[in-house]
Amino acid sequence: MNEKEKQKEGEILRILEENARLSDNEIAKMVDMDEGGVKAIISELENSGIIRKYKALINHEKAGIETVQAVIDVKVNPERNTGYDSIAERISRFPEVKSVRLISGEYDLSVLIQGKTMHEVAYFVAEKIAPLDGVRNTVTHFLLKTYKENGEMYEEEEKGERLAVTL
Amino acid sequence: MNSDRVADRVKGLKGSGIREFFDIAQQTEGAISLGVGEPDFVTPWSIREACIFSLEKGYTSYTSNWGLLELREMISDRVYTDDSVYYDPEGEILITTGVSEAFDLAVRAIADPGDEVIIHEPSYVSYKPCTLFTGASPVCVDTGVEDEFKLRAEKLEQKITDKTKAIILSYPNNPTGATLSRKDLEEIADVVTEHDLLVISDEVYGKLTYDGKHTCFSSLNGMKDRTILLNGFSKAYAMTGWRLGYAAGNKDIIEAMMKIHQYIMLCAPITAQMAAMEALRTNDEMERMVSEYNRRRRLMVEGLREIGLSCFEPKGAFYTFPSIENTGFKTSEAFAKRLLLEEKVVVIPGSVFGASGERFVRCSYAVSQYEIKEALERMGRFLEGHRVV
Repeated sequence: MNEKEKQKEGEILRILEENARLSDNEIAKMVDMDEGGVKAIISELENSGIIRKYKALINHEKAGIETVQAVIDVKVNPERNTGYDSIAERISRFPEVKSVRLISGEYDLSVLIQGKTMHEVAYFVAEKIAPLDGVRNTVTHFLLKTYKENGEMYEEEEKGERLAVTL
Repeated sequence: MNSDRVADRVKGLKGSGIREFFDIAQQTEGAISLGVGEPDFVTPWSIREACIFSLEKGYTSYTSNWGLLELREMISDRVYTDDSVYYDPEGEILITTGVSEAFDLAVRAIADPGDEVIIHEPSYVSYKPCTLFTGASPVCVDTGVEDEFKLRAEKLEQKITDKTKAIILSYPNNPTGATLSRKDLEEIADVVTEHDLLVISDEVYGKLTYDGKHTCFSSLNGMKDRTILLNGFSKAYAMTGWRLGYAAGNKDIIEAMMKIHQYIMLCAPITAQMAAMEALRTNDEMERMVSEYNRRRRLMVEGLREIGLSCFEPKGAFYTFPSIENTGFKTSEAFAKRLLLEEKVVVIPGSVFGASGERFVRCSYAVSQYEIKEALERMGRFLEGHRVV
């Protein structure tokens, strides 16, 4: 891939990261390419796993969907050959687990769990995470309110109104 | 206006544009406005936050007439880094209440009654009236779509007389979105030198350049001494309401501008000056906004062409200037009024920006991608109904 193609690819990624629902045609206009070229780049990005998925960012509270989320700090014993990877992958496979990250500091993994009730989340930690071989210690932080997620503010900021006409 | 109480100089002045149409536009419910002349972004948070902090710390006083020295130093650094021209923060830079004030000061500082000031059109609406206030005569030179709305050196030269004092340069241009290349500017610079002229260069849209890099006129050989460079924070940093700009140029002229400024304005608001310093500390947010404008620019230009309006490709600012030539409308005002009435889309008649803008309308893309798409759909429907057969 030459420099120019790389640049177009980067620009398309930035556009999709902002709004994944744009049509290939619209993206083509924005990046000054033909639609076929954009299609090809996007399928390549999808096939190679660079684009993992297209999803909607939902404000559950507003939608009236009751969910409980908790961040679990997990301290683990790394394994001889695989380090943190095998334990992290084990934890990742549970569908209740929304994200798993290796972090620096006192704890090793930061795990985001989603469930329907506090009870359910607490039980999940006690029954599925804590007893795992290699898990030494966990701390559960229940999330109380989301202000911003994935770069998006959950409450639209109040904004002064622009005049319809200014020269 | 014909009240005897109002000075003749003001009576003769037309209001800015066509007031009645604008009033309707402001009040139409559900209208999509492409008539906006300011960013749709709110001022970046880091800038607002720095301003709040300055208020908490009690920065509420006057500043030096020149503006805060630290801000002038930062501007000097920025202009030197970005445009390769050095201005002494002490004496060659004046902080003003927006570029509007800076322009007024500039023309008042150099023009005497009887002088002529050349203004290219279509262009921003305040150059002519401000020139008239000084008693000097504005002399218009038309730029056309066939020249990509560039001011051509030979056209400029035709308008020069022994009374010509200065020319106004306004690129990237509002309303056309036209830019001038270094070569275009050099040709103008040759004319300026040959006829011993001054230049007021309004470069407030300079950072909003999408194809190559903006060339600052005063960075050209020999031009620093002849140019009053005007720039500000409104467009690039989404800070229109803060009213903050600056002028940079020859010491004597800037000193003369400062004299007027100290009596009419005293100083620019300190709150805005504190915020501007934060704006200059990083370019990230500005660059993010510029890339977004660029996407919208392409979306709109292609979209206008698809619905059948011929549209010159603007390379700067955030305006498109499509032609209404192949529609059934005789004037840009009639087009705009009808479009508002039938489809609730606000565009600005090109005639507002000078007679040579008559066959065009200004459509701003400082609106969301969604609004661009919706406006284009409405305009497409409108044109279907008014196509010339």
